[in-house]
Amino acid sequence: MDVSVKNIRKEFDRYPALNDVSLDIRSGELIALLGPSGSGKTTLLRLIAGLETPTLGSIYFGAEDASHRTVQERHVGFVFQHYALFRHMTVADNIAFGLTVRPRGERPPKAEIQRRVSDLLEMVQLSGLEKRYPNQLSGGQRQRVALARAMAIEPKVLLLDEPFGALDAKVRKELRRWLREFHDRTGHTTVFVTHDQEEALELADRVVVMSQGKIEQVGSSDDVYDRPNSPFVFSFIGDSASLPVSISDGAVRFQNEPIGIAPHGGDIASGDGTLFFRPQDVVLVADPAAPALEGRVSTSRRLAGTRIADIDIGTPGDPHHVEIEVPLDAQASTGTMLRFRPTRWKTFAA
Amino acid sequence: MTTSAAASGRWRLRQPSVIPGFGLTLGFSLAYLTLIILIPLAGLVWRSASLTGAEFLAILSDERTIKALEVSFGTAFVAALINVVFGVLVAWVIVRYEFPGRRIVDAIVDLPFALPTAVAGIALAALYAPNGWVGSILNVFGIKAAFNPTGIVIALIFIGLPFVVRTVQPIMEEIDREVEEAAATLGANRFQTIRRVLLPGLAPAILTGFALAFARGVGEYGSVIFIAGNIPYVSEIAPLLIVIRLEEFSYGAATAIATIMLALSFTMLLVINLIQAWNRRRYGHGA
Repeated sequence: MDVSVKNIRKEFDRYPALNDVSLDIRSGELIALLGPSGSGKTTLLRLIAGLETPTLGSIYFGAEDASHRTVQERHVGFVFQHYALFRHMTVADNIAFGLTVRPRGERPPKAEIQRRVSDLLEMVQLSGLEKRYPNQLSGGQRQRVALARAMAIEPKVLLLDEPFGALDAKVRKELRRWLREFHDRTGHTTVFVTHDQEEALELADRVVVMSQGKIEQVGSSDDVYDRPNSPFVFSFIGDSASLPVSISDGAVRFQNEPIGIAPHGGDIASGDGTLFFRPQDVVLVADPAAPALEGRVSTSRRLAGTRIADIDIGTPGDPHHVEIEVPLDAQASTGTMLRFRPTRWKTFAA
Repeated sequence: MTTSAAASGRWRLRQPSVIPGFGLTLGFSLAYLTLIILIPLAGLVWRSASLTGAEFLAILSDERTIKALEVSFGTAFVAALINVVFGVLVAWVIVRYEFPGRRIVDAIVDLPFALPTAVAGIALAALYAPNGWVGSILNVFGIKAAFNPTGIVIALIFIGLPFVVRTVQPIMEEIDREVEEAAATLGANRFQTIRRVLLPGLAPAILTGFALAFARGVGEYGSVIFIAGNIPYVSEIAPLLIVIRLEEFSYGAATAIATIMLALSFTMLLVINLIQAWNRRRYGHGA
């Protein structure tokens, strides 16, 4: 089922949580909504589910305008961050709930429900726990029960709100891989919200990066990491360094000195801008005459296979600070002067 | 190894704990409960023991005693049931909706706690009497709401309401919105969500509220006697019968009725507590 979000605006007490957001989700896709707290990602997910109504705009399920459909009619599977299991029901009753609340005519017979429940339990690898109550399960097990419960109604779309947020790191990794396999097997259109970029980049077919109620970029993991289209995405995804620069005559200048690179990739050809690069995308420049960035190492630390150097850069009146990776054999002890130049970078208008 | 396993398998009074003062607090609690509750009750039973078994049975099998007990427990039960329904409704409105005057409604709920029961009884009797404001209207429909068991139920509803509201309200406030939303995404309509998801979660609190309202109703005296009419065999409550026996200086009879009331009340409260404990274990709390 394709899902289209068209020019959605959502206000809470006149404060816009989402502002003119549009997004096309293709059938069978696994999509991550990624952003810091308050970016509107959960609101977008809840709007798709029908748990919130948009102030403006519409949501299409396939060709059908679902904006005015109730939650019940939308037929979505929703998994909550804190599971929201029914505490007074057994695991089996929890999973069967969506089937047993159907009107008499559409409700499958008891034996059929039972069969579906045990199929689902097998799928989430919890067979044998039918009679347990949610309080008797671990966090990871509860989350899988919640997923099985959502899947029981054979939803058109599966929506997950920070599905692994409340779990510890190890369980989280396991469930992440498991969800990917689960998705590949069932082929549901799946949207999940996360603030963990590692999770989003690893799991999703496409990542939607959101900030302050807007979509910043939509793309594959490679797109958003290697080709970020805005200063926000560049600094939000992965590690990055940024410096204020000016651009003239096809050269990028830092504090009026050319640093040996041309403006690239951003939206600016001349004037004031910001230079972004990743710590690993730099090369040390040995030739003292060649244009480059120059700074003093304030601290350096060994990190697994590389060395990270904190570098103070710029004049005393206008100090800046960047982190770069230096080769292990380079001289980079505290106080050393280093000259370096980005090998991959982007310049955006300031 | 084997000894420690055996020791941990056995029930022990004292578990090693970082929270200090178990001995002291348990000792104080027991002494306090004994002083405040057990000694007076023991005195009651002691006094009734001055009767012979045959006398005791004669008082209990007396038609008037049996009727009075029936009236007391029956009206308290009906009133508690009605309070459960409307008390939950009142709690729901107070917890769920923001409306002007919500705080005032919240405060009004406590009034039956604070009002002297006799005042409540007189006010209710004046209202519901056949010539009172409400009573005269009900009279048109042929309903007599005072000086009969209906009147007793009305008084007990008034007295018992805050018990239900105040026990259910905090639990209702803790209901996780997500649980309701989950039910909705699974296709449950509002009615199904309330019946299958919310009410079962509230059941222990509702049961406690019922028990409190019921217990209060059984023991209520002040407000009831004004509206009951106090007709022997019809609308005479057991506490009133006790007072009557006391005024006749037959202390034995009074304490015998009191003792049987005590036994009945204790049994019912115990059963309710056992149901609660079973409920908690079933859902895996404190297992």
